[in-house]
Amino acid sequence: MPNAATIRLFHSFRARPENWLIVVLLAVCAALSVVAPSFLTLSNLVDLLEGYSVQAIMAMGVFVVLIAGGIDISFAAVASVAQYVAAMLATQFGLPAIVVLPAGLFIGVLLGCINATLIHYARVTSIIITIATMNTYFAFLMFFTGGHSIYNLPDWWSDRVVLFQTTAPNGDLIRITLPILVMVLAIVLTWLLLNRTKAGRQLYAMGGNPESARRIGISIAKMHYLAYGFLGFMAALAGLVQAHRVGESVPNALYGSELSVLSAAVLGGASLSGGVGTVGGVVIGILLLAVIQNGLNLIGISPYCFSIITGAVIVISTSLTVMSARGRRRSRAIDLEAPTRG
Amino acid sequence: MTVPTHFGLDTLMKQLTRGIPGKLPGLSIVLIILLVTFSIGIPGFLSIGTLRSMMFQLPELALLAMAMALPMISGGLNLAIIATANACGLVMVVVMSALIPAGASGSAVMLGVAVGLAAGLAVGLAVGAATGLLIARTGVHPILITLGVQSMVEGTSVLLTQGKVVSGLPSAYGAVGNSLVFGIPLTFIIMAIAALVIGVLLKRTAFGIALAMTGSNAEATRYSSINVGRVLIKVYALSGILCFLAACLMLARFNSASSAYAKSYLLVTVLAAVLGGVDPFGGFGKVGGIILALGVLQVISSGCNLLGFSEYLTLGIWGVTLIAVMGVQSIGTRSSR
Repeated sequence: MPNAATIRLFHSFRARPENWLIVVLLAVCAALSVVAPSFLTLSNLVDLLEGYSVQAIMAMGVFVVLIAGGIDISFAAVASVAQYVAAMLATQFGLPAIVVLPAGLFIGVLLGCINATLIHYARVTSIIITIATMNTYFAFLMFFTGGHSIYNLPDWWSDRVVLFQTTAPNGDLIRITLPILVMVLAIVLTWLLLNRTKAGRQLYAMGGNPESARRIGISIAKMHYLAYGFLGFMAALAGLVQAHRVGESVPNALYGSELSVLSAAVLGGASLSGGVGTVGGVVIGILLLAVIQNGLNLIGISPYCFSIITGAVIVISTSLTVMSARGRRRSRAIDLEAPTRG
Repeated sequence: MTVPTHFGLDTLMKQLTRGIPGKLPGLSIVLIILLVTFSIGIPGFLSIGTLRSMMFQLPELALLAMAMALPMISGGLNLAIIATANACGLVMVVVMSALIPAGASGSAVMLGVAVGLAAGLAVGLAVGAATGLLIARTGVHPILITLGVQSMVEGTSVLLTQGKVVSGLPSAYGAVGNSLVFGIPLTFIIMAIAALVIGVLLKRTAFGIALAMTGSNAEATRYSSINVGRVLIKVYALSGILCFLAACLMLARFNSASSAYAKSYLLVTVLAAVLGGVDPFGGFGKVGGIILALGVLQVISSGCNLLGFSEYLTLGIWGVTLIAVMGVQSIGTRSSR
């Protein structure tokens, strides 16, 4: 029965929305490697990874909040505050890395926990409260710093760390740098949290249905603190990595990247209503946006076009995902789906 | 007939809140406290000059906040409002400067301005209706669709203008736009008329009721034989028209258009709408409340300005006020249930 097997394969393929993204990603990669020969080189791909490491780290935190059924807009402001405070400690007080880095991460967790407190105890919707805290954190950061950047970061922070270096046959230098390692660790940590711990499964449960989660004995307060605190941690980490990459701390450097990170997470299959999505999907979402931008750059299309194409990709891919989910329900209703158990 | 179970302070509060727009006692009290504090703290705060400057600053944000609030009542959100308004502004400037030669006579200028305004309106309407159509047809969350539309509209504006500021408005436009009618700024009158129209639309028309029902429960509304898709298209188109009006006022104020104006207003409009009692989950919201909320924000900003606070400190104070008011409101509604 080759026909039934094909149908079964097709349905199991459709069951996961990120499979569509993989197809789109592969198609885009194939098209780009034909049009721009320099795209499919190892050095370009590695550079691409490093360029999107900061966004990817933040997207992991955002993803955990989305899984928990919330949304957070304030993470870029949190990252800026954590980065700036750490930079102040390092330059003004000359503290060593062992103090500065934990302090920066602590600030991130603290600001995330403020969000969690407001969401849990004041019961204001997460999107509203985080828009408010975003404005507040950023405004006070700009007020207290006067918008001045810190350029004289210590060497241990701003020096490039190359973990692995090799030369490609065509003479290109390939470097695996610290941001890539941190990004991979962040992705692994998020995956472990969501898939290998009890708290992670509880986050999925709460995102799916908070009332049932509460009734089976999950502490909603703890879950809120976990999700927003984790995002605060990831945001601070991203802030520290960003300062490492550019070698300075600019208060408004990360501000304004909220919506693009959010769209990368959602593009990868995380649902805005919570409880749905995989880490792999988010990674593919980021890769897709990164590859499209990089490819357009290599082809020589004006950077002014990027946001048009990014917008179109978001609208088209999310529409396809939702509509294919609707089609899947329909095909199940008329019993097209081959029974898998038997 | 309900039997009053609470006496004393509760009844008094109910009496007090009856006549207040939006029935938001917290917000009205905040407004009164702010007014009293500032007029004691700053000599000359309660003057015609301050009032007039507030009337000049308020309308833009008010129109944008309404453009945000209407989709919120339908259970959505429109993140494309600023991009739409800027696109309308750019189109208007380009059309007007192309149609009106340097030494044009009065009637030629009138015609040029009229065609320009029509073009701007067409852009606002088209972007809004297209957004509504996408949301109605695909069923994707409005945050995502409007995010995509925002990026596309803004990208197109940036691409066509290379990110530059475009000027070349006829001087008559700015003169009329910044004029006073009986001592009240024309822009404020435009905003008041728009607010009145939207208020009546929400409360007294079938569309307004269908809108609130869609926001409360789209599925139930569909089963009560209301075309939910059409309601959504209409509400986003209306949001686009309000963006066009905001663009008209922005042109008068800046005397130019750009793809980057008023970007920081985007998320502030969400807060203003929520502060004004619009339910972020949809279904509820009144124009009176939004205007009251904007009044509070405007008084804070004017007061901080007179005190010589920096722009960022003002923004920070806005944020803290918003968080405090929303927290108190939500704890208040929870305990009264």
